[in-house]
Amino acid sequence: MMTAAPRPAAAARPNARPIYLDYQATTPVDPRVLEAMLPWFTEKFGNPGSVTHAYGREAEAAVERARGQVAALIGAEPREIVFTSGATEANNLALKGAARFHRDDRDRVVTLATEHKCVLESARALEREGFRVTILPVPLDGLVDLAALEAALDERTAVVSVMAAHNEIGVLQPLVEIGALCRARGILFHSDAAQAFGKIPLDVEAMKIDLLSISGHKVYGPKGVGALYVRRRPRARLTPLVDGGGQERGLRSGTLPTPLIVGLGEAAAVAADEMTSEAGRLRALRERFLAGIRIAVPSVRVNGDPVRRLPANLNLTFPGVGVLELMEACPGLALSTGSACTAAEVEPSYVLRAIGVSDELARSTLRIGLGRFTSERDVDFAVDALGAAVGRLQGKPVKSRSGASI
Amino acid sequence: MSPAYLDWNATAPVRPEVAEAMSEALRRTGNPSSVHRWGRAARQAIERARAEVAALVGAAPAEVIFTSGGTEANHLALGGVHDHRVLISAIEHDSVRAAVPGATVIPVSSEGVVDLGALDALLAAEDRPAVISIMLANNETGAIQPIAEAAAIARRHGTLLHCDAIQGAGKIPVDLGALGADLLSISAHKLGGPPGVGALVAREGVPLSALQRGGGQERSRRAGTENLPGIVGFGVAAELAARASLPAIAELRDAAEAALTAVAPEARVFAKTAPRLPNTLCIGMPGVAASTQVMALDLAGVMVSAGAACSSGKVRRSHVLEAMGASAAEAESAIRVSLGWSTTAAEIEQMIAAWTALYRRTRSAAA
Repeated sequence: MMTAAPRPAAAARPNARPIYLDYQATTPVDPRVLEAMLPWFTEKFGNPGSVTHAYGREAEAAVERARGQVAALIGAEPREIVFTSGATEANNLALKGAARFHRDDRDRVVTLATEHKCVLESARALEREGFRVTILPVPLDGLVDLAALEAALDERTAVVSVMAAHNEIGVLQPLVEIGALCRARGILFHSDAAQAFGKIPLDVEAMKIDLLSISGHKVYGPKGVGALYVRRRPRARLTPLVDGGGQERGLRSGTLPTPLIVGLGEAAAVAADEMTSEAGRLRALRERFLAGIRIAVPSVRVNGDPVRRLPANLNLTFPGVGVLELMEACPGLALSTGSACTAAEVEPSYVLRAIGVSDELARSTLRIGLGRFTSERDVDFAVDALGAAVGRLQGKPVKSRSGASI
Repeated sequence: MSPAYLDWNATAPVRPEVAEAMSEALRRTGNPSSVHRWGRAARQAIERARAEVAALVGAAPAEVIFTSGGTEANHLALGGVHDHRVLISAIEHDSVRAAVPGATVIPVSSEGVVDLGALDALLAAEDRPAVISIMLANNETGAIQPIAEAAAIARRHGTLLHCDAIQGAGKIPVDLGALGADLLSISAHKLGGPPGVGALVAREGVPLSALQRGGGQERSRRAGTENLPGIVGFGVAAELAARASLPAIAELRDAAEAALTAVAPEARVFAKTAPRLPNTLCIGMPGVAASTQVMALDLAGVMVSAGAACSSGKVRRSHVLEAMGASAAEAESAIRVSLGWSTTAAEIEQMIAAWTALYRRTRSAAA
């Protein structure tokens, strides 16, 4: 094995913090978001429900401003935004709420095998309540088979749930086409946009989306807050999951967490300003990553459609290399095998299994999530580190980005 | 004039130490379920907070399930009991009332304390598995409920007891073992923590049905990425609340009560003779609508409320005061003044002055 001169990216990072490549699991709070949030914890702490006094009204105004910021990013009206504790709650509310409301005339729920656990678990809960649940298979590219979806819809279908952008394999589903299929049949279309909101353009009108789930912490906002877009015309009707004080037009009771909501609003506003340019930057970084890793590890495979995917996501299989060993061999990188929710599980990803990736290959698969604070240098370092580690684990030399053996 | 915030039962400001801890947590990245070092650090922070919250209420850390707040905790506690008979006191918060709409109502005394004899009789009347829900302290009147005694009755009848301790925790000592409750709801923002986080404390083995399903967090009892900074803040607030004592607050509250009743001897103080939270005063100005009082006080920079803060500010007649046998006129004239750790004597004086001025205006107008 030839010894090359120290690689510049690696040499420049002695004792540095590991590079964070897990932006699909969670994102850091943007400093602008944090700054917007902080006063609402201590100085302006009123309960937005206390509109009979000054502190309450001030908090209410902040919540309404944030509602407008979130709505603007998806082409919705402010009053169509219902704040929740996160995307998991939004997904549970959308599926269970829509299905339970329409139980008498429509008792069927249709979704995909690759949806997030919280959608699939909600569907299973509905099945136990007597709903008919159809979970459609998904082909290798990760994209919904529109003909199969259309065939699955009938006059008893209450809601279809298809995520906008996938949390593991990054693929973007054809929302416009799905929306048209659903609207023509009077079926509610729910999309889990936790990964898509603020990353790719979303328009609830053009996409005919009736319910859309949003997460704060996937878009550089805080954890503990999310939202569900609930269409008003034609009205998407829901049975609430939690009832009580009657906040959020009765769809979601509980004191509104003003600082978190302000944070989500600010995160949406920043994304509205920067999404287009940031998507271009990230796409270029991703292509740089992919080009580098292909040189270092020619056998690498990309899971999910290579084009119709989030700008900053890669899902890579390194045949013959155990992914846990690979992560261990790269202590300078924060990586994941897939969904964080199930990261500690030993089972390979059900998503990869659903699109037909063998368990063996799934155990050789990494999810790479780049984001707002990822630099070109981070990418180069990560490619070098991964390439070298794969080489060691495969027990054979690999090539560096430049093509020279190292 | 500086504002006087006297609506602490609606929400309390985040304590400075809590804000500092949260601000730091908000600057860190990491999903607590991720296995890399960011994830592990996040997990450790959550487990530390879990221990702090558990310690506040005398529970084991494993018994604490973090939720998005008190409303969700109440729903999680009561949402899975479809096949049980449910009994709730007449003064429960709307989040409990809405969680179990068909519940049997346990009456309360004119002082706002649950009638234990009635509870016993209601349980004896039907031999079905039952769940009881009684709050630790009422949010409107501050009346503290005899939870330990209710728990003894519950045990005799083999029923589970849920206690909504959202207003009580942090204001009076709470000990799960001494209370004897099987389930206990708490909320961070009522005790100096942030809004958007709460907990259900569930004794090991008590059956629960998850409201929110998904990634399997909180041992599958509450799915969703944990609100890490919120939980960290909750932990710090719980730790501070466990050490705090509120005798000074009780003195200020008692002084306010004495001053207002000296001005208007006919004013009714609700739950006056009941054991009461040290920070809460619910008082009626006869003949003057609560909304008028709240508005007049607001103009004078004094923030109080007409009952619960929850929705849209619409002033509804309080089901709590009605259950205490208050007439419509009495219930519609009641305001809630609630104090907290940073309340000053000057704020109380400001409130007394504004209330007295309004009282005198209405009396001279009537005369």
